[in-house]
Amino acid sequence: MSAQQPPSAPDVAKPRSLAYRIWDSDVFFSFRRSPVTIVAAIVTAVLVLAALLAPWIAPYNPFDPSSLNLMDGFTPPMSEAMMGNYFILGSDHQGRDVLSTILYGSRVSIFVGLSATLFAMALGISLGLVAGYVGGTADSVIMRIADVQLSFPAILIALLIFGVARGIIPPSRQESMAVYVLIVAIGLSNWAQFARTVRGATMVERQKDYVSAARIMGVHPLFILIRHVLPNVMAPVLVIATIGLALAIIEEATLSFLGVGVPPTQPSLGTLIRIGQQFLFSGEWWILFFPAVTLVLLALAVNLLGDWLRDALNPRLR
Amino acid sequence: MLAFILRRLAQSIIVMLVVALISFMLFRFVGDPIANLVGQEARISDIEALRERLGLNDPFYVQFARFITNAVQGEFGISYRLQEPVSQLIISRLPATIELAFTSALIALVVGITLGVFSALKPRSFMTAIVMTLSLVGVSLPTFLIGIGLIYVFAVELQWLPSFGRGEVVDLGWWRTGLLTESGLRSLILPAITLSLFQLTLIMRLVRAEMLEVLRQDYIRFARARGLSQRSINFGHALKNTLVPVITITGLQLGSVIAFAIVTETVFQWPGVGSLFINSVQVVDVPVMAAYLMFIAFIFVVINLVVDILYYAVDPRLRIQASGSGK
Repeated sequence: MSAQQPPSAPDVAKPRSLAYRIWDSDVFFSFRRSPVTIVAAIVTAVLVLAALLAPWIAPYNPFDPSSLNLMDGFTPPMSEAMMGNYFILGSDHQGRDVLSTILYGSRVSIFVGLSATLFAMALGISLGLVAGYVGGTADSVIMRIADVQLSFPAILIALLIFGVARGIIPPSRQESMAVYVLIVAIGLSNWAQFARTVRGATMVERQKDYVSAARIMGVHPLFILIRHVLPNVMAPVLVIATIGLALAIIEEATLSFLGVGVPPTQPSLGTLIRIGQQFLFSGEWWILFFPAVTLVLLALAVNLLGDWLRDALNPRLR
Repeated sequence: MLAFILRRLAQSIIVMLVVALISFMLFRFVGDPIANLVGQEARISDIEALRERLGLNDPFYVQFARFITNAVQGEFGISYRLQEPVSQLIISRLPATIELAFTSALIALVVGITLGVFSALKPRSFMTAIVMTLSLVGVSLPTFLIGIGLIYVFAVELQWLPSFGRGEVVDLGWWRTGLLTESGLRSLILPAITLSLFQLTLIMRLVRAEMLEVLRQDYIRFARARGLSQRSINFGHALKNTLVPVITITGLQLGSVIAFAIVTETVFQWPGVGSLFINSVQVVDVPVMAAYLMFIAFIFVVINLVVDILYYAVDPRLRIQASGSGK
């Protein structure tokens, strides 16, 4: 808005550039002041970038059977394997480079976590807006479902949805659909948080004059909701989404660890940990250790970002 | 009081009916269980015989009526995978899960309340800082990684404790307990700690926050002015008033603990209900899945009911409110 200020007022300072305004904003100020947050942001950025660029920066392609050599299996970190390959973080039982599998694995983890959070967000926001704005029966039905669902652990709901989907989808397509089933399962198990928050904020917003004004002007309710109410309830949603992303990544890892997540041909960090656990007793610790560290770093960094965002935006949470 | 309990009971029954409906839908609409049971070489006549034996050829309403009647009697049919009655499967595995869940709840309560009170009474102590940081890490670590970490340290490196199974169990007729043998107790330690950690951090933070809140209140200042001993103020007055939310959270968490036990039981190969469930999800063993769903819902409903009634016992204000407004 301020960028469109009339240039006629000579005393008013020249509109600053967008970059400067971001740098000077309250949110960014609190970011600059918190070293922990800066570290968390850097860790997140590095991990996400590494995952995105996996096909280009990974030393090997762990899913190309022709590049694998069983003789290279169980190579310790920082050492040369029998067949002359060099593995920075060692290799697993099939002779796959652990670093490469982690890069590809975090790609799957982040993709599933992000998609599931976006799905939960879309569903939760729409239902929350409707419940808060329309009220009445719609409100009580939606919120009652949310209440019941919130009293069950998300992981249990995701497991059930996953089990049902596995029953419905024909076995031949299960492998290709598994990632999407997982996204829907995790998303469906997390929407209630969003719905509850958005509903509360919407009920506050709809009392305000600007909504009444829009209503009197005969604006379509859907337009009011999306164009006027939604932007005003987004701050708490962003906070929940960030913390929800960390939860979704952990949930995906847990499901994959339990063996009901992504197929073994497309391992995520959880699958890698599941594989690595088998070699814990025989001393090949690196197969388990490095994926586990990556997962913890990722979850912790995103969590810290969420904490910071909550304090910085200071929305109507706590 | 009676009216309150009756109304809660009615609500619980409605919830159970809805869950029963969902469970039945699982039965009716999820996949063809026969396909998961028999190999590709099975003859069609064999498949038909099995289908008939498991009662899958009957019409919808017959199956539904059978489901409801059986569910009330605790019967959920025969497991597709293990070909055994589901009720027996669950009953035989229930003691393991219950022992695990209660031990971990006990650990979480004792350690959580102790650490919470300590960190509230000595907020500037070095120990408090350590405990608070650890609790933050504990919340962000996934349960299964904590379990694997404990296995690595205590079972692989130090070789102090067993890493899987229940150890020796003693058969008490209908309850097989691992609490009476040394190997059973040793096997319980790691899974119980793993399962308790999440709750523990939750309880600790809750007790701490509530204690800090209560210690600022006037009646505490007044108690100090009366010259009561620190111990009597801290534990007799302050701690007692923090217990209401702690009871709620612990009670409600007990259901989550039994569900979370799925993960812990998988990591430690604990032969409980959770590992039964996860194996059933993998092969879409619908009777077990449906029974587990009903079972968990039942536990949640009972716990909610008990917590509500406990409220009455602990918080006199609720009793006055209820009798005053004629609820």
